[in-house]
Amino acid sequence: MSAREAILGRIRAAVADLPDDPVEVPRAYLRGAPGITPGDREATVELFVTRVTEYGATVRRVPEADLPTAVAAALDERAARTAVVPDGLDPAWTAAWKGQVRRDVPALSTAQLDATDAVVSACAAAVADSGTIVLDAGPGQGRRALSLVPDVHVCVVREEQIGSALPEVIGRLDPRRPITWISGPSATADIEMIRVQGVHGPRRLTVLVTH
Amino acid sequence: MSKVFLDWPAFPTAAERATKDEQLRANVRRATHTIRAKRGALAAERPDWQDLRDSAAAVKDEVLRHLDTYLEQLETKVREAGGVVHWAQDAEEANRIVTGLVQETGETEIVKVKSMLTEEIGLDAALEQAGISARETDLAAAIVQLGDDLPSHVVVPALHRNRTEIRDIFRREMGRHGRPAPDDLGDDPEELAEAARLHMRDKFLRAKVAVSGANFMIAETGTLVIVESEGNGRMCLTLPETLISVVGIEKVLPTWRDLEIFLQLLARNATGERMAPYTSSWTGTTDGDGPRTFHLVLVDNGRTRALADPVGRQALRCIRCGACMNICPVYERTGGHAYGSVYPGPIGAILNPLLKGPDDTQTASLPYASTLCGACNEVCPVCIRFTDVLLKLRSDVAEGDAEVKHPAEKAALKAVAGVMRHNPLWNAAVKSAGRAGAVLPTDMNLPGPLHGWTDSRTIPEIPAQSFRTWWKRTEGGTR
Ligand code: SF4
Repeated sequence: MSAREAILGRIRAAVADLPDDPVEVPRAYLRGAPGITPGDREATVELFVTRVTEYGATVRRVPEADLPTAVAAALDERAARTAVVPDGLDPAWTAAWKGQVRRDVPALSTAQLDATDAVVSACAAAVADSGTIVLDAGPGQGRRALSLVPDVHVCVVREEQIGSALPEVIGRLDPRRPITWISGPSATADIEMIRVQGVHGPRRLTVLVTH
Repeated sequence: MSKVFLDWPAFPTAAERATKDEQLRANVRRATHTIRAKRGALAAERPDWQDLRDSAAAVKDEVLRHLDTYLEQLETKVREAGGVVHWAQDAEEANRIVTGLVQETGETEIVKVKSMLTEEIGLDAALEQAGISARETDLAAAIVQLGDDLPSHVVVPALHRNRTEIRDIFRREMGRHGRPAPDDLGDDPEELAEAARLHMRDKFLRAKVAVSGANFMIAETGTLVIVESEGNGRMCLTLPETLISVVGIEKVLPTWRDLEIFLQLLARNATGERMAPYTSSWTGTTDGDGPRTFHLVLVDNGRTRALADPVGRQALRCIRCGACMNICPVYERTGGHAYGSVYPGPIGAILNPLLKGPDDTQTASLPYASTLCGACNEVCPVCIRFTDVLLKLRSDVAEGDAEVKHPAEKAALKAVAGVMRHNPLWNAAVKSAGRAGAVLPTDMNLPGPLHGWTDSRTIPEIPAQSFRTWWKRTEGGTR
């Protein structure tokens, strides 16, 4: 008998005492963030800004027209000289920046990415309650390594992409795509359970919320 | 040589040793108290906390009831997405499969994302025997590996180490495995994290093979999910050409949507954050993004044994958040190593005997490694009723093999009393609980002195009396 058959057989024998009906799952938990009236867009955006800031990221609300200067400022204040841009990113966003923009076509090697200071990306969705941005490798986001290896990440979030809490957002995502949920810059609490910001992932995260 | 918990002394002996180590107690106390406070604040922030817990427990119960169907569905979906699925009945089979898969790639140094299952099966040691060096990349796991130590906590395996000890390990060991730590490395956590970043960096950039576990697997879509903080997980999941994920069969969830429950509970309960910095999910392989080859090794290693126990099977709901050990007054005093397993604390006290059977003195002693105060019942995000399971397992030990039973029972009761010394109420309660075990109450209305505790559900504080010297010398355990 194969290991597979043996394990499945043992499972069936182990639970033979239980009724076969599916266990009913209550789902009484909130769909949106506690403390916010569902549908209150301004409160949702505000909560997102607060929560991302609490993780130690820099967050700014920027009108669409001012994005190019805001992106340039975000890169300059981290002293970035090179930035990779994923396919499908609006070229206008990096147009005002004087540094060197690298496209990922053909794909940059890991060493080239490691020698790149920053990444500018869009996102697929965002979650206000947990201060999370979600990347799904779609247009303007690129493959996962792009938002991982460079030390500075500038991410543009459109206000309408921000959902109130996780239950509101998860259904919008396609799990067949590789998905990364980012809640602040990389961090660790492995030394005495004290939070330290900045380990292997980007140590600096700037989120530009635009409308 | 990578260490494993082998021929470990039973809880009484190990606990006695541990409680004498004042540095260890101070470290564990400080860390668990820090995290308790953070967790408490973030759980309280959710008015629907109990609703989330009820949902999580029910989803897990449904998974366990129909585990065969969900695993078959998962297997099909992973295959359709380009992954290869393997099944392993025990540790040895799992290690053999993983070793073979790494050997096929010809690589002799690989990177690992922290995984309690690979610790459970002793994978690092098995790979080492085959001439493969598996480097841990999670900070705490790396501290344990570099220090030739054993994990003492499921979330922070190096929880028993303080900053000065970590600095010494880094200074001494990093150079033997790659980039050395700077000579003047201090013990500031930021400096230590920076040293780890630099030490690990080329390993990530060069690695061709990574081994991971997973927090969740989605049956409906074949998706795997890993929750982490540092980005070492993302490095391992993204940069290598081959990814091998070794996962316990109980980690499956029915649907993608179910993550909305578990992702809201896990980080809040584990590290006191709304969400951990990084959550990654992937389904098979994706062209031009991440590993080209993906293997999933599904491991039983005693889980079907635990599943067959009508009271104990709820232990398989565990999502390894660590909250039960953080809140446990016994764990706080003994640290994790005393439990002789990668799963310490209350979950270890029930899971190990369930996985392995209570017929050696070490596992037979674990159901007694508890005061039955019930604090763990209250914090567990999947509502495991530890007290019920502990009493059931005590009764199994008492009914079981006489050679194990008598010494184990007596010594274990004495040990816990010793750990919580000079508390007459406590001692009486523990003894009475030992007797109660034989009649196996199935609810929480325990007889005798335990009654009050289960009602009030507070964690009894130990009187300063028994710890006076220690307390004075360590300024209340803060040093
Ligand atoms: S048993 Fe519950 S509290 Fe303990 S680690 Fe598992 S999920 Fe967390």
